[in-house]
Amino acid sequence: MDGMKYTKSHEWVKIENGVAVIGITDYAKDQLGDVVFIELPDVGQRVVKSSQLGTVESTKTASEIYTPLTGEVIAVNDGLVDNPQWVNESPFEKGWMVKIKLSDENQLNDLLDEGAYKEFVSKEKH
Amino acid sequence: MDKKLIFEKGSEGRKNSYVKKPSFDIVEPNQIIPEKFLRQDLPLPSLGEFEVVRHYTNLANLNFSLDANFYPLGSCTMKYNPKVNEELASLDGFIKLHPYQREDTIQGALELIYSLEDILCEITGMKKFTFQASSGAQGEFIGMAIIKKYHDSKGSRRSKVIVPDSSHGTNPATAALCGYDVVVVDSNDKGLVDLDKLAKLVDDDTAAIMLTNPNTLGLFEENICQISELIHKKGGLLYYDGANFNPLLGITNPVLMGFDVMHLNFHKTFSTPHGCGGPGAGAVGVVPELVDFLPIPVVAKKNNKFYFDYKIKHTIGRVRSFYGNFSVLIKAYVYLLMLGKEGLLRVAQNSVINANYIKEKLKGHYSLAYNSRCMHEVVFSCDKQKEKGVSALDISKRLLDYKIHPPTMYFPLIVKEALMVEPTETESKDTLDYFIKVMIEIDKEINQNPDKLKNSPHTMPVKRVNEVAAARFPNLKYTYEK
Repeated sequence: MDGMKYTKSHEWVKIENGVAVIGITDYAKDQLGDVVFIELPDVGQRVVKSSQLGTVESTKTASEIYTPLTGEVIAVNDGLVDNPQWVNESPFEKGWMVKIKLSDENQLNDLLDEGAYKEFVSKEKH
Repeated sequence: MDKKLIFEKGSEGRKNSYVKKPSFDIVEPNQIIPEKFLRQDLPLPSLGEFEVVRHYTNLANLNFSLDANFYPLGSCTMKYNPKVNEELASLDGFIKLHPYQREDTIQGALELIYSLEDILCEITGMKKFTFQASSGAQGEFIGMAIIKKYHDSKGSRRSKVIVPDSSHGTNPATAALCGYDVVVVDSNDKGLVDLDKLAKLVDDDTAAIMLTNPNTLGLFEENICQISELIHKKGGLLYYDGANFNPLLGITNPVLMGFDVMHLNFHKTFSTPHGCGGPGAGAVGVVPELVDFLPIPVVAKKNNKFYFDYKIKHTIGRVRSFYGNFSVLIKAYVYLLMLGKEGLLRVAQNSVINANYIKEKLKGHYSLAYNSRCMHEVVFSCDKQKEKGVSALDISKRLLDYKIHPPTMYFPLIVKEALMVEPTETESKDTLDYFIKVMIEIDKEINQNPDKLKNSPHTMPVKRVNEVAAARFPNLKYTYEK
């Protein structure tokens, strides 16, 4: 998808005016199975790169969401907590999770672009 | 499917009246009970006896049970529970006991617990057992509480418990509940605990490692003695999760492997009812160094009399009312006496043979998570099937159409599209062959008609459920509407 960046822990990041929108990828969603519960951070919380951002629980397993970037949480997708199926239905749009105001734009360079992420996923499958 | 509850059936006047009106005067409730305690309506359904019998018979038929179907649910050891267990546990002398009876009037019951402990000590190598736990999970909690108290008594404050990435979910949960930080050690490419990685994690802050052996991949942790040495050298203890003890009966024991505390799930290894089939019991055994930490009371013997011993020096205290689920202990005891030493050994051997038979017959059709000889269970990965768009979940649901209970799915977590198959020793070769035939047939269906799998089950009273709604908004309560 255009302008999107990815992580090896299967989050996606979209940059809009210095703000990073973060969610989990289609592949992550497929691996998890139906998502039934989501825990998100509070608005205003400071998060440090690689720390836990929240939790996603599916019918199969519970797993953590990590932030690939340092910054301040300026918005969370409130509706998602009551409608976790949005992640199942539309992980890249309705299923966005948090918006982070970046402290260090250089960290974006550590993320994977679409081609690199696709290659990573195809390796992980085998 | 008739989904009506019995409360929604019947109509006034349909009930049978066998009881004749008595010859004496009937006192009306409002003459003896204050008005405010009387309810105005009692919505009991009015049905004939025949309708009631039919209702409950049909309800019972909705069960997908071990008594009716093959049930290879991995890590759950769904073996046949001999009916004689139930019969003997229902003897008058047992079921009419009261927990407040004087000890000299319950000598037989105490002797049974004492003898059961003797047998389990011989099988496991442990020094002493408590039978208070109401389940394996509570047994784990007691075991870890003992470990915590042991370290406390030495003035050693340790914060870390290590579990492998293939562990049962209860292991990290128990450690966390006991206040420990959970540290996960990775498995190596053979599916066993990675010794090098473990060595880096073990330190003076390590309270214990929790392991099940064979592990949840059905593989024997062949480095268990090195693991034991690594942990003990730093003053830590080894906790044995007895969920997978079935294939080791009479062959080796947890003490020989270096474990200090263990629990046994009676409903798995010792043929007592599972889950909703009845109350549970988790026996917790300890090595001599930890006997003084067991919960109170334990059954002891003095001058040929059995009694409850409350004098345990460093006891973790009481963990439950009275003395565990006694009826479950009777069933396990009956099972042990019936099988004896040779019988238990054959249980272990046949459980391993059955799992390996399935592994060999199916490995050409489904990927093996790890291609080495397995113990009592075998873990397949449906990765090839997933590439064709059919998941382990679809295959599991389709099995129901063939009257086979699905294996454990998506566990252990380190195997993609996992199906964990544990046939147990009580299944015949005919049943195993039927399962193998069905699994191969389902693999063919994926090429011919994948939608048949994705929409399965077709023959069950309940089809695919909305998993999100079922988890988020379970409807657990009947609301009476006038």
